[in-house]
Amino acid sequence: MAGAWANQIVQGVLLGGLYAMFAMGLSLSAGVMRFINIAHGDLIVLVCFMVLSLAVGLGVPLLLAVAIIVPLAFVAGYVLQRLLLQRVLGQGVLPVILVTFGLSIIIQNALQGTYGADTRKVPAGSIETATIHVVDGINVGVLPLTIFVAAVLLVLLLDRVLYRTGIGARIRAVSDDPSAANLIGLPSPHIYAIAMGIVGITIAISGAFMAVWTNFDPTSGPSRLLIAFEAVVLGGLGSLWGTLAGGILLGVAQTLGGQFDAAWQVLAGHIAFLVIFTLRPQGLFPRY
Amino acid sequence: MNPAVLIGRALLVAGAVFLLAAPFGLSPRGLQLVTEFLTMLVLALMWNLLAGYADIVTVGQHAFVGIGAYAFFGFLVLAGFDPWLSVLLAGLVALVFSLPVMAIIFRLRAGYLAVGSWVVAETLMLAAGKLSAFGGGSGVSMPVAAVKRFGAATADRYVNVYWLAFALAALALLSTWYLMRSRIGVGLTAMRDSEEGAGAIGVNLRRARILCFLWAAPFLGIAGAIITMQKLRVAPPASFSIIDWTVYVIFIVVIGGIGSFEGPIIGTLVFFVLRELLADTGVWHLIVLGAVSIGIVLIEPKGIWGLLRRFVPGDLIPVGHSPGKRQGRA
Repeated sequence: MAGAWANQIVQGVLLGGLYAMFAMGLSLSAGVMRFINIAHGDLIVLVCFMVLSLAVGLGVPLLLAVAIIVPLAFVAGYVLQRLLLQRVLGQGVLPVILVTFGLSIIIQNALQGTYGADTRKVPAGSIETATIHVVDGINVGVLPLTIFVAAVLLVLLLDRVLYRTGIGARIRAVSDDPSAANLIGLPSPHIYAIAMGIVGITIAISGAFMAVWTNFDPTSGPSRLLIAFEAVVLGGLGSLWGTLAGGILLGVAQTLGGQFDAAWQVLAGHIAFLVIFTLRPQGLFPRY
Repeated sequence: MNPAVLIGRALLVAGAVFLLAAPFGLSPRGLQLVTEFLTMLVLALMWNLLAGYADIVTVGQHAFVGIGAYAFFGFLVLAGFDPWLSVLLAGLVALVFSLPVMAIIFRLRAGYLAVGSWVVAETLMLAAGKLSAFGGGSGVSMPVAAVKRFGAATADRYVNVYWLAFALAALALLSTWYLMRSRIGVGLTAMRDSEEGAGAIGVNLRRARILCFLWAAPFLGIAGAIITMQKLRVAPPASFSIIDWTVYVIFIVVIGGIGSFEGPIIGTLVFFVLRELLADTGVWHLIVLGAVSIGIVLIEPKGIWGLLRRFVPGDLIPVGHSPGKRQGRA
């Protein structure tokens, strides 16, 4: 019995890797641009469908499909920020919420119009079923493990980019005080747009992993947004490592809830979030 | 009075006369449509009060509609209470639920509050699906006997539910108007225009926001009861429908004109016209609404009423006070 619970916790931690990856981009846009993109989950699902079209529709190998989508996502993120979001930033809370909300509804319905309402999944071949035997009662899937390792690497990489590179220093400068940054000659719209491009890359990577690991349909976006939001808030705003911890916490809460009763999986994640948030509103590792 | 303002007010009066006469002239199908119009108007007025004035941009308004629907079903069908009392109690239960919800989401600001309210609504919807007395995840229809307590004949029931919706919408409009003209409302209007400025001249922002949130909850709950009387069933995805009770409502208020009284009325009218026009276009209906909303935020943030207001020199439903008149000048 204890073995079964231990196994569920391990699976939950791995699931948390995927959730943390959903949350990474949201954490970045919340920390740098100080807004919550309500279309975040729908953009992830949009990537899932792009992977589906390339890999299943056109027969492009999966890795090549991802290699095509990632730079595209950077450009899309840059353009989205520059042409749309930048125009409504700094005008109070309402416009940016409404614009990203409208975007979310447009993406959901455009996907539904293009692909229909069916539930989809992208087959990934033998990696899907491959497992590693750890100890008795605990088997770890190669795909979930790959995703978890990728999530940790992504946090490391983003952390390095933000705190060890020139563009990272510029992004933080613009984020801390846009007008002071403008004063010393930093073009804040351009730098915000680059940050959103980086968010786009995290969306592309997490969407590609989601497409091969879980089922998705055109309305899957909001539930991904809620998970990502919960991971960001639980982890503490502005802390990427906190976001990873938040994602893992949600993954474990969900699998333990699912162990208790399959129907409780999603609800258990939300309840865990609400309880921890009530007790510790600043999150586990607040940076600010 | 300016002719444009006069025409606008004449239209409002004509609308009110039409609504008062509706039960005597309209077919049952028409009456149902007008009932639906009135409940959507109530939802729009409340979202506008929260997002347009009190700076509480929720995406979880459907939570209170769902709570009202389930409470109404519980009191009427499971407990066998008087139907009209059940409607009132649905509002009361929504009010009770709004206290813990407020305690959670008021710790968040702006976009965080928006998504946080959505998390709460999602949690409540999933929890409602666990209530076996309410049919669990697939929901349950209202027994015929319970439905008949609102009127034995179908036509009578439509009229009774219509008057209920009419009374709720009238109460929502008049009481919220009164609230906005009170000291608190003037503070809220100041808050809408500049939060820092309002705080600096001594508007108690926290108290005003709490009052607005508690104000909206019972109206949303009773709207949920009326919706249940129209749909004749409760089910988690329908009673807590984010598309119907939040997404459409946000589009209504944004398109009509946020932060005004005329906006939600215009928006609800436009919404029903668009819905009839775009009914056969499937997903395009929502894509068009989403695109129009984004366009409005970018071009004219005060919506259709903001556009019209350039040509109309005064509010049709004045929430401000004219200082000149009060001091006997002008």
